[in-house]
Amino acid sequence: MAEDAILGYLAAAEEIPDSGQFASQHGLQHSEVVNVIKSLHGFRYIDAQDIKRESWVLTDEGKKYAAEGSPEVQLFLAVPQEGSISKDELQKKLQPSVFKIGCSQAGKNKWVDMGKQVSRKVQHVEDKVKDLLIRVQNGEEIGKDDVHSLKARKLIVAQTWKGYSVRKGPNYAPKRKKVATDLTRENLQRGDWKELEFKEYNFNAKGPPSESGHLHPLLKVKQQFKNIFVQMGFEEMPTNNFVESSFWNFDALFQPQQHPARDSHDTFFLEAPSTTRELPEDYVELVKRVHESGGYGSRGYMYDWKREEANKNLLRTHTTAVSTRMLYALAKQPFAPKRYFSIDRVFRNESVDRTHLAEFHQIEGLVCDRGLNLGDLIGVLDDFFSRLGMSKLRFKPAYNPYTEPSMEIFSYHEGLKKWVEIGNSGMFRPEMLLPMGFPEDVRVIAWGLSLERPTMILYGIDNIRDLFGHKVDLSLIKRNPICRIGLN
Amino acid sequence: MPTVSVGRDRLFAALGISYTQEEFEDLCFSFGIELDDVTTEKAIISKEKHLEEEKPTAEDEIIYKIEVPANRYDLLCLEGLAQALRIFSGQEKIPRYTVAKISKESMHKMHVKKETSLIRPFVVCAVLRGITFDEASYNSFIDLQDKLHQNICRKRTLVAIGTHDLDTLQGPFTYEALPPQEINFVPLKQVKNFRADELMEFYKSDLKLKKFLHIIENSSVFPVIYDRNRTVLSLPPIINGAHSAITLKTKNVFIECTATDLTKAKIVLNTMVTTFATYCEKKFEVEPVEVISFDGSSSVYPDLSEYNMEVPLSYITGSIGVPLEVDEDKISVCLYLQPEVTFFTHVMLWRMLQLLMDIIIFLRELSSLKPLPLNQLSDLIRSEIAMSGFTEVLTWILCSKKENFEMLNRKDDKSTAVIIGNPRSSDFEVVRTSLMPGMLKTVGHNKDHPKPIKIYEVGDVVLLDEKKDVGASNHRLLAALYCGANSGFELIHSLVDRTMEVMGAPFVSSPDKSGYYIEVSDEPEFLLGRQAKIIYKGRRIGIFGIVHPEVLNNFDIPDPCSFLELNIEYFFIHS
Repeated sequence: MAEDAILGYLAAAEEIPDSGQFASQHGLQHSEVVNVIKSLHGFRYIDAQDIKRESWVLTDEGKKYAAEGSPEVQLFLAVPQEGSISKDELQKKLQPSVFKIGCSQAGKNKWVDMGKQVSRKVQHVEDKVKDLLIRVQNGEEIGKDDVHSLKARKLIVAQTWKGYSVRKGPNYAPKRKKVATDLTRENLQRGDWKELEFKEYNFNAKGPPSESGHLHPLLKVKQQFKNIFVQMGFEEMPTNNFVESSFWNFDALFQPQQHPARDSHDTFFLEAPSTTRELPEDYVELVKRVHESGGYGSRGYMYDWKREEANKNLLRTHTTAVSTRMLYALAKQPFAPKRYFSIDRVFRNESVDRTHLAEFHQIEGLVCDRGLNLGDLIGVLDDFFSRLGMSKLRFKPAYNPYTEPSMEIFSYHEGLKKWVEIGNSGMFRPEMLLPMGFPEDVRVIAWGLSLERPTMILYGIDNIRDLFGHKVDLSLIKRNPICRIGLN
Repeated sequence: MPTVSVGRDRLFAALGISYTQEEFEDLCFSFGIELDDVTTEKAIISKEKHLEEEKPTAEDEIIYKIEVPANRYDLLCLEGLAQALRIFSGQEKIPRYTVAKISKESMHKMHVKKETSLIRPFVVCAVLRGITFDEASYNSFIDLQDKLHQNICRKRTLVAIGTHDLDTLQGPFTYEALPPQEINFVPLKQVKNFRADELMEFYKSDLKLKKFLHIIENSSVFPVIYDRNRTVLSLPPIINGAHSAITLKTKNVFIECTATDLTKAKIVLNTMVTTFATYCEKKFEVEPVEVISFDGSSSVYPDLSEYNMEVPLSYITGSIGVPLEVDEDKISVCLYLQPEVTFFTHVMLWRMLQLLMDIIIFLRELSSLKPLPLNQLSDLIRSEIAMSGFTEVLTWILCSKKENFEMLNRKDDKSTAVIIGNPRSSDFEVVRTSLMPGMLKTVGHNKDHPKPIKIYEVGDVVLLDEKKDVGASNHRLLAALYCGANSGFELIHSLVDRTMEVMGAPFVSSPDKSGYYIEVSDEPEFLLGRQAKIIYKGRRIGIFGIVHPEVLNNFDIPDPCSFLELNIEYFFIHS
């Protein structure tokens, strides 16, 4: 109704100067008129300009006096025409607020004598305040001084009135065309979809956020690494044992007991359970011997190996502890070649910073077979890393306590324009393998890297705490793209 | 890995070649060390003092910081580094070090008293005769001792080195262990006489020395070395005496290494004498010292004898996969210094690597593979939960005791959680027994994220377990959490049903053991009346409920949350 009125009016007239007046002239609610104006403006049938007006409205107190009369008049009327009334008596006749305000105003107007006894000073008064309030209520203009006094008594307050002035817009038509925002079931049932004209869709804005689930970035990368290992014929090792003994974590790997990695500065040792309950005694004896005096062509480390050190429990510092257990089990059976991998959590008692956390994920691969050599290791590394898109590799001779020879793996980073260390590798020492009972010609080649570092490079994250842990921003997880490692 | 700082120009002078930085980097890489940083003395000092870095001027000496492998103690100073690189690049043959042939009578003697076995049982000694120091080599000599103390000596616990001006002393020497009150001497850099126990007290405020005091502090006797006039040479492993201090003018150096590990002591002594014998009158010759034990046995040090190992060539070529002619000289490098070294010297390794870079090696045919069931199942469940509209989080295994117990309204009954003995901070006190604290911390740190938050994690917790060799075992849990304007309890309930559905578990009524049913529970971390156990095949496999408002408050979460946690390993139990 309001829409027809506005569009119809503009067909003849240039302008609707004031939507408020327009509403009252046409017997419409102003709020309805405003809504229609906004909608027509949105479709550019009309152009609307804001207009504002200040007006006065009664406060609750003002409304009360407009109905009941001002307190001073109420008080005046309560005083008898002749004689006087005691103040206490007068107070009983009136509401406390009326009495209080009435006393002061009637006194100021010199209408009554205020003493112990109250009496009229004049015989007749006019309730000017009430009259003014009624005029304001009716929207009539009142004098400036009157406005001031009513405002001072907090009987009226200012109110901003908002409306519009309206002219024809670029899309003006006397009748609005039906535009649709969506195709509905009703459209299809009624068959009116043929006549539908669609509201212009704003393709500059993004669609609303999708309500999907999301996988964690680090675990997406982990999945790709896993796939690559599986494609290369590697079998996953069970790594769900965070608590490990020093024996399997260090001693069995021919890592001497005075090695700095075994310091409390580097490793989390446990208060409970503080020591391991059992170790394979025959094997422990062989490991002790190879540490103390060597054997298998080695001179050993020549020190007193202590069982107590080996018994100490810790949170594993590398997944190689698991590899050691796997190899030990493998050596107990008739020999068969194996290719193993794992990607899981390891722990270091390091101070936490942008690139280090007390826990991270280690990726490890190993091949166990007769007669393996350094060429096999380089071949496997070449295959593995080229599947990750890193085909430019070089190797630096290095030292690890449990591999010999050892090589650090460097890859040329096209973005950073430099060689970046990406992992470590080597052949497990005979001092580690032979006490397990492997035949002499069995060699194990292995390599390891962290999951976090390639992930950070891949997604351009320079603070590890933005990637992993409870301080990670959930929006980052949601925005993160799929991991396309190995798809190039 | 240790880092050695050497002056570039002095290093190049010792190498006899001026390399460009790039050439030198390549040399390092192929030898297996790394040029870590190029800097100047000035830059190092201003960095230490956190000052603005000044542009180096031409006069500033360029310092190379070089990272060396942890096992190459012989590379810890300029002399050793330069010599090793000269040998590597073929400029020099491996030197043959010799022990001076002198009669037992004229040899200096060190008598070891029985009491030393109570605290620091071993000592080995040697003499460098006719040495000539200049300022640079003198500093290098002192630096090398520092580096050795830091590394192989394990902060002086295993070995401590003392070097003395032999001409101020008179043998024979004795190595004793005496009550601290009986030891009196003027220590290095002091002018006053100290009693050993008072000296220990005095050094408690010494930044450099106080960290070594613990090595002997609680012993009833302190190790001490005297000459024939009862002059104190040193109070190992703390300090030397002032009397025998070496100077730039010192000609004859007496070296003693006291130790708790004899093997390491011999390595340290050999490293010291072989590195600095190059400055002696008779280059590469070292004068021996006889060490006589209280039981009458005697040994002569240093032991520079070469030892032979029979190694089949096939072992070496078999390991590297390439036929190789053996150059005996190069194989014997440094063998007498380290027990760890095997036969693959860096020289050989580098050559092989160059040969092998282009070789593609075919892998053997695939062995029959089976995926690891638990990890495979975890991955499948992870995808299903993500498909239900939840976002995966990955939180830490370690947390504080408070987060794991108190903040969840739980009590530590001391029989569930693995406790760390040496946490660096309270964040790493305990291995989580539930995924709940990590999930709640994630919500607490994502206050600004639009609600509702729907997150999940599949991860391991660890519980004490008497049946395991190490006394603890991992358990794979699934946790999911909803946080919004309302608790989302029903939504979490439907996630429980969905999870059980994808696991093929039918909904049954108690006490049917063929599927799962839900039973009211009473746990302190959840609100009473809105929490329940999930019973699957008669076993309790998990719990869900509205998180208790006190718990929410503990994690600083202003909105209601519902939480589910269940152990997915139970899906492997048949029957």
